[in-house]
Amino acid sequence: MNLSMRWLDEFVHVDAPIHDYCEALTMSGSKVEGYEQEGADIQNVVVGKVLAMERHPDSDHMWICQVDVGKEEPVQIVTGAQNVRVGDLVPAALHKAHLPGGVVITRGKLRGVESCGMLCSLKELGLTVHDFPYAIEDGIFILQEACAVGEDIRHAIGLDDTVVEFEITSNRPDCLSVIGLARETAATYRLPLHLHTPAVQGCGGDVNELLKVRVENTELCRRYMAAVVRNIKVEPSPRWLRERLRACGVRPINNIVDITNYVMLEYGQPMHAFDLKYVRDGQIVVRNAAPGETITTLDGTVRELSPEMLVIADAEKPSAVAGVMGGEYSGIHEDTDTIVFESACFKGSSVRLTAKKLGMRTESSGRFEKGLDPMNCEGALLRALELVEQLGAGEVISGVIDIDHADHTLRRVPFDADWMNRFLGISLTREEMVKSLRPLEIAVVEDECIVPSYRSDLEQKADIAEEVARMYGYDKIPTTALRGTAEAIITPEQDFERRINNAMIAMGYDEIVTYSFMSPKMYDKICLPADHPMRRSVVITNPLGEDTSIMRTTGLPSMLDTLARNYNNRNPEAWLYEISSEYLPREGEDLPEERAVLMVGCYGGEADFFTLKGAVESLLSRLNLPRADYTAVSTHPSYHPGRFAVLTIGEVEIGSVGEVHPAVLENFGIGCRAWVARLDIARMFAARLPEATYHALPRFPASTRDLAVICDESLPVAAIEKAISCAVGNILEQIKLFDVYRGAPVPVGKKSVAYSLVLRAADRTLTVEECDKAIEKALKALAQLGATLRA
Amino acid sequence: MKSALEAIRARALERLQNAEDLTALEEARVQLLGKKGELTAILKSMGQLSPEERPAMGQMANEVRAAIEEKLAARGAALKAAMAEQKLRMETIDVTLPGTPIREGHRHPLNLVLDEIKEIFLGMGFDVVSGPEVELDYYNFEALNLPPDHPARDTQDTFYITDKVLLRTQTSPVQIRTMEQRKPPIRIIAPGRVYRSDAVDATHSPIFHQIEGLVVDEGITMSDLKGCLETVIKRLYGEDSVVRFRPHHFPFTEPSAEVDVQCFACHGKGCRICKGEGWIEILGCGMVHPKVLSGCGLDPEKYSGFAFGIGLERIVMRRFAVDDMRLFYENDTRFLEQF
Repeated sequence: MNLSMRWLDEFVHVDAPIHDYCEALTMSGSKVEGYEQEGADIQNVVVGKVLAMERHPDSDHMWICQVDVGKEEPVQIVTGAQNVRVGDLVPAALHKAHLPGGVVITRGKLRGVESCGMLCSLKELGLTVHDFPYAIEDGIFILQEACAVGEDIRHAIGLDDTVVEFEITSNRPDCLSVIGLARETAATYRLPLHLHTPAVQGCGGDVNELLKVRVENTELCRRYMAAVVRNIKVEPSPRWLRERLRACGVRPINNIVDITNYVMLEYGQPMHAFDLKYVRDGQIVVRNAAPGETITTLDGTVRELSPEMLVIADAEKPSAVAGVMGGEYSGIHEDTDTIVFESACFKGSSVRLTAKKLGMRTESSGRFEKGLDPMNCEGALLRALELVEQLGAGEVISGVIDIDHADHTLRRVPFDADWMNRFLGISLTREEMVKSLRPLEIAVVEDECIVPSYRSDLEQKADIAEEVARMYGYDKIPTTALRGTAEAIITPEQDFERRINNAMIAMGYDEIVTYSFMSPKMYDKICLPADHPMRRSVVITNPLGEDTSIMRTTGLPSMLDTLARNYNNRNPEAWLYEISSEYLPREGEDLPEERAVLMVGCYGGEADFFTLKGAVESLLSRLNLPRADYTAVSTHPSYHPGRFAVLTIGEVEIGSVGEVHPAVLENFGIGCRAWVARLDIARMFAARLPEATYHALPRFPASTRDLAVICDESLPVAAIEKAISCAVGNILEQIKLFDVYRGAPVPVGKKSVAYSLVLRAADRTLTVEECDKAIEKALKALAQLGATLRA
Repeated sequence: MKSALEAIRARALERLQNAEDLTALEEARVQLLGKKGELTAILKSMGQLSPEERPAMGQMANEVRAAIEEKLAARGAALKAAMAEQKLRMETIDVTLPGTPIREGHRHPLNLVLDEIKEIFLGMGFDVVSGPEVELDYYNFEALNLPPDHPARDTQDTFYITDKVLLRTQTSPVQIRTMEQRKPPIRIIAPGRVYRSDAVDATHSPIFHQIEGLVVDEGITMSDLKGCLETVIKRLYGEDSVVRFRPHHFPFTEPSAEVDVQCFACHGKGCRICKGEGWIEILGCGMVHPKVLSGCGLDPEKYSGFAFGIGLERIVMRRFAVDDMRLFYENDTRFLEQF
């Protein structure tokens, strides 16, 4: 809401400097976004009178003008415009004048003739013909204002208002008006508020003879008021009215339209004016739209209406969508003679829904949907009629139509001074509170507040407490520390997550944060088959675009996308992780499962399958998890069929680690190999070992044995290790793979695998015989796998 | 014989003194003191002396031996010291060569600051809780005193899944879920992702982060709200930060406030950073609306409380002078590794 300070002054007189005013209103609850001094970008432009004109000797279109600018000597200004005559009053930009858009005018020569300034057009002053309808678009602005030669142009044309921009919250539609803000201003400064009661003469006649109104849905239309004006004379509004509209950001059109806008800005009540000629049978019906009914709105679009929408119709068809927009015939036309002014109160939720459904939010619907005061209809209508008479825009037929189904009882809300003091942490007397509420027109009677009709936001005592608090000043409320003690607890789950983060960062991985929605095409990019269950996603019905239209069921695309972006940004390597959510729809449930997973991804540098697997192993160990089993899986569509493993602990699958499938890499535009691990956090958490207790340091020496065997290429080393571990039993302290060798003299299709074993008993020194026996058992077990001792 | 001994001593000492290294020294030792050495030979010939001469010569021979041994030790120590010194000299390195790089991981800047905020609140007795991002309309709006068709719903452009399921537009639904599950005294914060259908640009993202806070107990006042948040802001922005509370409107708090900190760049005079206002808005807060309390089964006559919501991105952007929100979600390592 833009407020003209000049307009405000009609209701309350504020002396404070503008900056202080903005601060004060912000602190009392009407947030000021900023303010603007009209014409602030215009300097050294004055009213000039053209005394003489002669043709430029070297130009066939330029004129040399002698202009009286209120100084001793006239100044010479050269202009190329053709609409200037001797005796005209014109805006003259003098030497070093500033104009909108950062333009600076300086003295100079035009084709050899000195020019000490510039005569200005409307546009050069930042104006349009809407602001001064008598002026022309291309040519000098010939002033028809009562002004003095030499006068500052801003003053001469009224371009010196101050406009304050307010951010009004949705609970205060009453403040979307000059009167509402004047009331807040008066309350803030404890100044008198001068409200005006409109007076209408009327020209006789009886409105009821020209117009009949029937309201069929009194639930959606609490009040409908109308008046008729005949013999209207459509012309531009007077300057003062145009100025105020312009200051509030509304374009002046003509006197009738301007009056409706003026009243809307002043009272906060949307007004509608339409031609009586198009009201068939002089009968207005406020009713729900019939099924299948359509209307062509003012903007020329045919709109399909539905039965829950409220329309203003004549005897036959709708002429306006109530509170939203008028129909094509509802405007003011050249041949318009008699008009109807409508001032009504429609139900907010209905207007909101209708506007939303029709996809046309208007100034009017935006106000109605916040809930307007039916008591305001009358003042607004009368004000419009008063303006009609004041402007000589037409003759007001006597009487108004008023179909009033509104409840005029004022709401009563409990007033409890002691409670408010306790609740706010302040100590005001009852009298101080009552006094601060009075300018807001909240009357206190015993233990009740009587709330004005335009304050539908005040429903209970906490609402009154807010009024007291903001009038007192939030800044004066003391600050106190929270009493009592509270023990904050970091849950084991939160601690677990913290340890994951610490471990990943310690291992050199950068944390990323990615969007949790994505394009369904991502499933194609990770090569999921068309019928894959993971494609079943939570779908956003009104996404910003396809790219963000579903909630991911897997963290893989987000990780690949991030790796790809880094690759394309030519970062030679990337080591990334994220604790991200996967959103999995649940049968028969409204809300999906939000599963937290750790995604780890890398490419470049030292990255390969085993560096990533190493990181995973190290992570599991730091998280105090048992060793996981890694099983090769060749069927995951997103991963290299020969380089992908699923991790299990016991029977539970906790995640995977693998090289991304080349086809997937290509889909993401990653031109090198990349590796991704995914770990289910809840499952890891559940698999934690109990906190380990201390193991005594060994007291007896260990024996070390190396063991190299030859086996089939396809035999996983995990099987060899497992066989050795089982065979040797609990004297095996450590088993370490130190070599895998292929090539001569190892036969083709075979590999040599070498381990270093550390054998130790806790209670004695192992004998050579014991160790030999253990190794023999291991070899026997290996033989079962087809692995033989390397000679 | 005496002169022979004198000569041996003189020669030996000279030889030892001239030994260039430990090998030469060892060679000299063997020749001088070994079984085939000169001194041994002389001692062997002692038998030829008269018994009167023997003690004096014996003593002299021992003195010579001791002198040689002493010299041997001294020379040996000197040579070792010289060698050690030589070795150290040879091992000199250019200490200005770079260290061996260790790959470091980096916490994402959003979480870096979030961790700090969590620590502040943990210290003040706030538990950290969470709630679902895909949320019921009921929790996101209705239970927060935003019934269907409430105009304030339009200010939060909502992504819908179905008529009654949406992506939460605020972390405030966690307030309701908390009050349903816990009994007062309640002190929690709930950080998390929220969603609004804002097109992506330098200051908008359809996904961003909020930190919700809720305190409910008997006798909680608006001055508690002010005191608590002022403490948090000063911990976060420094003890000298200037804070102001100004009236605002949220459907689920009454009274409601927005909190500004004075612009650090211009100290309230108004500049480009604060868009001329002199203040920077950092959070919204208020006393929990009685309708919200009673909707959660808490008697507003007995309990009161306050709630607040902090936007994380804005704080982090200011903290690290990040001028484009998109950087947080692009995750370029050249960006991430600056934190």
